[in-house]
Amino acid sequence: MASGVKPRVKVPKKAAAGDVITIKSLISHKMESGQRKDKEGNLIPRSIINRFTVEFNGQSVLDMTMEPAISTNPYVQFEATVPEAGDFVFTWYDDDGSVYDTTKSVAIG
Amino acid sequence: VTVLPFSVNAAADDVIATFTGGADMGDAGIDLTAPEIAENGNTVPVEVSAPGASAILLVATGNPTPGVAQFNFGPLAGSQSASTRIRLAGTQDVVAIAKLADGSFAKASSTVKVTIGGCGG
Repeated sequence: MASGVKPRVKVPKKAAAGDVITIKSLISHKMESGQRKDKEGNLIPRSIINRFTVEFNGQSVLDMTMEPAISTNPYVQFEATVPEAGDFVFTWYDDDGSVYDTTKSVAIG
Repeated sequence: VTVLPFSVNAAADDVIATFTGGADMGDAGIDLTAPEIAENGNTVPVEVSAPGASAILLVATGNPTPGVAQFNFGPLAGSQSASTRIRLAGTQDVVAIAKLADGSFAKASSTVKVTIGGCGG
């Protein structure tokens, strides 16, 4: 498991039903590309987050596949429709099999 | 890092062909926003937008592994757009390809000049 992994997501707390909101997400992760070499000239093995998904009340908003060309601390900004009150579930999948997730609730009003 | 441009471009074409199935690509219906000059290739902000698209593929044609990311938009996507930060090994073309609502493909590309490569070589 990569160390110091911390997901951070910015979601408005409230929205009107049917609103389109902007979501910013960032997860601290070194995203080792598998191209770099250490001081001895050995290749540092690849260790990245390879998939990021967002769901709202079980319905998909975004499903993103990531390759090593995504920068350290992957940042993604996108828009989502909020049809009703509920929860956004953000999930990140690590190369090493770890899964990180976080949930944000949105109220209508 | 020394790379042969020819083989790199062939790899990028492979990645694109896997996504499109070899279909022809138009140029309407997709926008790619990337800086003209990136001082640091380790983190280059890019934005893609293709109204109505079900998926957008992002490719860095000059990277050792050209694939960057694929965005698949679900029914609750507020718009078919997203922005992220990517690594570029050097000056090159960044390409975005969208699978549009009617099943056709559209392509946009943008040349980014990179001062310091993000390849760690």
